[in-house]
Amino acid sequence: MKQFLAFVRKEIYHIMRDVRTIMILLGIPVIQIILFGFAISTEVRNAEIAIYDPSNDAATRRIAEQIETSSYFNIVKYISSPKEIDQLFKKGEVSIVLVFADRFREKMLHTGKGEIQIIADASDPNNATSLTNYLRGIIGVYQQELMKEQKVPYQITSEVKLLYNPQMKGAYNFVPGVLGMILMLICAMMTSIAVVREKEMGTMEVLLVSPMKPLLIIIAKAVPYFLLSCINLTTVLLLSVFVLDVPVAGSLFWLITVSLVFIFVSLSLGLLVSTITESQMIAMLISGMVFMLPVVLLSGMMFPVENMPDFLQWISLAIPARWYIAAVKDIMIKGLGFEGIVKELVILSGMIVFLLAVSLKKFKSRLE
Amino acid sequence: MLKYLIEKEFKQILRNPILPRLILVFPLMALLILPLAANYEIKNINLCVVDNDQSPYSRKLVEKIRSSGYFVITKTAKTYDKGLEAIEYDDADVLIEIPKNFEKELIREGKGKVLISANAVNGMKGGLSSSYLSSIVTDFAGEVRSEWIEAGTGGGVPVIEIMPLNRFNQNLDYHSYMVPAIMVMLLTMICGFLPALNIVSEKEAGTIEQINVTPIRKFTFIISKLIPYWIIGIIVLTIGFGVAAVGYNLLPAGSFGTIYVFAAVYVLAVSGFGLLVSNYSETLQQALFVIFFFVIIFILISGLYTPIKSMPEWAQTLTVINPLRYFIEMMRSVYLKGSGLFDLQKQMIALLIFAGLFNVLAVVSYRKRQ
Amino acid sequence: MKKVIEAENLVKKFGDFTAVDNITFQVNEGEIFGFLGANGAGKTTAMRMLCGLSKPTSGEGRVAGYDIGKEAEKVKANIGYMSQKFSLYNDLKVWENIRLFGGIYGMGSDEIKEKTDELLKRLNFENEKNTMVKSLPLGWKQKLAFSVSIFHNPKIVFLDEPTGGVDPATRRQFWELIYEATDRGITVFVTTHYMDEAEYCDRVSIMVDGRIDALESPMKLRETYDAKNMDEVFYQLARTAKRNGG
Repeated sequence: MKQFLAFVRKEIYHIMRDVRTIMILLGIPVIQIILFGFAISTEVRNAEIAIYDPSNDAATRRIAEQIETSSYFNIVKYISSPKEIDQLFKKGEVSIVLVFADRFREKMLHTGKGEIQIIADASDPNNATSLTNYLRGIIGVYQQELMKEQKVPYQITSEVKLLYNPQMKGAYNFVPGVLGMILMLICAMMTSIAVVREKEMGTMEVLLVSPMKPLLIIIAKAVPYFLLSCINLTTVLLLSVFVLDVPVAGSLFWLITVSLVFIFVSLSLGLLVSTITESQMIAMLISGMVFMLPVVLLSGMMFPVENMPDFLQWISLAIPARWYIAAVKDIMIKGLGFEGIVKELVILSGMIVFLLAVSLKKFKSRLE
Repeated sequence: MLKYLIEKEFKQILRNPILPRLILVFPLMALLILPLAANYEIKNINLCVVDNDQSPYSRKLVEKIRSSGYFVITKTAKTYDKGLEAIEYDDADVLIEIPKNFEKELIREGKGKVLISANAVNGMKGGLSSSYLSSIVTDFAGEVRSEWIEAGTGGGVPVIEIMPLNRFNQNLDYHSYMVPAIMVMLLTMICGFLPALNIVSEKEAGTIEQINVTPIRKFTFIISKLIPYWIIGIIVLTIGFGVAAVGYNLLPAGSFGTIYVFAAVYVLAVSGFGLLVSNYSETLQQALFVIFFFVIIFILISGLYTPIKSMPEWAQTLTVINPLRYFIEMMRSVYLKGSGLFDLQKQMIALLIFAGLFNVLAVVSYRKRQ
Repeated sequence: MKKVIEAENLVKKFGDFTAVDNITFQVNEGEIFGFLGANGAGKTTAMRMLCGLSKPTSGEGRVAGYDIGKEAEKVKANIGYMSQKFSLYNDLKVWENIRLFGGIYGMGSDEIKEKTDELLKRLNFENEKNTMVKSLPLGWKQKLAFSVSIFHNPKIVFLDEPTGGVDPATRRQFWELIYEATDRGITVFVTTHYMDEAEYCDRVSIMVDGRIDALESPMKLRETYDAKNMDEVFYQLARTAKRNGG
């Protein structure tokens, strides 16, 4: 045991010496939380709009005024011909154009129908949809003004409740994702690279002939990364509670438990990779392609899993981070307790058993 | 001299057990799978219906929601609380509750009310699905209105008719928005990561010593490292064009030429950045994490997933020094809007500056002597 | 006699550790100069300064007539170097490594081809021309690395423990190659910790704790220290070392 601790200490010193990597490992979660929490949003603000207003009458001026005063739009240009529209879009100067019919007010009053065209740059479809909807809303307000005197019958109001996240903060979705990614990065990727590096450098052979049990050597290598993960787990949780105002609605105990289980899954994955690969480059690529990418894509961190085609949803079932992220969401955001995460805990524990069994078998056969 | 060095780089890349396959297969896989996964199109939203009225009107409303194409009714619950449970266990994303006497009140008092509750853990999805749902309800009200008030009895209120037109992407197809951007991500990953790992792996292997003791010029050495990635970048891009055309029926509205010209500059910029990282790293692990760190930030604030316009001021300022941003803008503009070099001068200038800056720094920071 | 290497008060510090402590010596054209010392005595650091791989903290040096501080790149054009760690490309074939380094030193394609065949013949390596370097045995790798380092006919070749880890017979073969090189007029600067190899040198210097404590022909050294062989000489000097080897 003493020997083991001495070995762990050596590994920790070794990692601490590489200040740059440590800084990055500790910095990645901070930067990600800040970027995800503040920079990544789909909120519409100050979208650039151009207006084509050939009639320039009281009605069109009123609508333009309302657009200008809304925080959603910023009128950058009044164009003199619809021909200019495409050029503006191609240069990316505006995202949407409002086109009034000529003699707008006159027609509206005489025929009872005013015509407006909204031309959106739909190369970003979601953005185009939101902008169009906001613009409709503003025009709708003007319509209400027109109808002020009349009472409109047969109205149905929708009372909308946004559950769990009334301000529609992206953070609620990203925090669990960032956690999953960081833990995977440190435990699986770093551990596997660290072990394979010793193999590549030939120093592994030296360690293997030492009196320490080979398995203990590998475990000792994993301990510092385990500690690093715990630090990062703490950082992310503190940041999300105090900086992003994402509270831990459920039980902190179960949140930490499920995180520890996930850390062990990742460590076992790292162990498996390190037993089957011989070069750092391959270990990196496997960790990158097989672990990191699916975590980002298929875990529901960036994109909703239920939008994906079935075969991807099937694949996602095999991805530990998916279960972890689901469990974290259940606890942190929905406030569920143990009963809410039983399934996830069981699946993740099963993964640990399976991964350890496979990698131990591989490891033994390699030594013989 | 350069000839021999480039020859060597190519032989090494081709002999690597994984790199050539990676360069060919990764773009293929990524482009076939990523756009399927990276889909923010809000369709097939799981809906739970709590219909306490069970009247012809309430059924009509439910039918209207169903036929809209956005919602799939996965659950009908007896009470609101039971509906909430469905949301809690992810059996439904949104729930709509139609109160008792909905029809009666609508006809007698001309007023109705429904309750919509959406799971907003994913804020964007929650927001969009509830707004789709409430706009369907509003439409429904309009239909009821026109049913009861025959044409003309509206009372002379002028109506503004809005005709939306979606330029460049009429069907609001999310793939044509994401696929070009994913090509950019691929180029960035392959032409950023590989050079970052290159010089440092020569350091680890010790071969850099034998090079450093020759009179080779720093500039020549860096160029010999750049050119292979430059060619690889063009290959990856070409594969990307192929997959986009065959898999997604997506051809640029503008010209391939414009994209190639931009790519030539862009790959130089990211590869130069990779080499710069490699120069400053002592171990592969270090290089990997440094480049990983930067690429993640570059990608997150590039406008790839969320519009730059939606970012706070400080983040928008940061995007100015992000080469990815300009390349993605270019890619989407050329693919969807048919923009040409003339429209994209700003982006070109920015990329040229990055390419120049990173590569000068890469040459300067390459140390032949400690 | 013409001096091809002149070091004057060369010092190299890493932080507050002085790896090379004020060394001064000269190497004559055409001689085999042995650079001896225990592990960690500073041999490799001193050699790396002379090769232009490491900047001296202070002091001056000239190699092949060029200043190692200001004209490092000119120095590099006139020397060959074989590092302690095998540093040819493992994933290139034998001929490809030769071609690469020939090319870097500015040789033409035809010249390289011709000289490659000649070299491989001399080494009895003809069958290994297309062998991937990583699958060569260590002794062969070392011979190849040496041949590559003098392929461009440098004035001086620096060898850093060139024969580490191989058996005495292979080492002797290696030294035959060194003698061939001196016959071609190449000055050889070699570090080693095999004392039998020291006997093959025209002159040897012995480094202890970053300083040169002795510099003579092996015969003279044996006389001075009243020793049977170089081993004893070395032992007497190394005993005074304060730095721990390794």
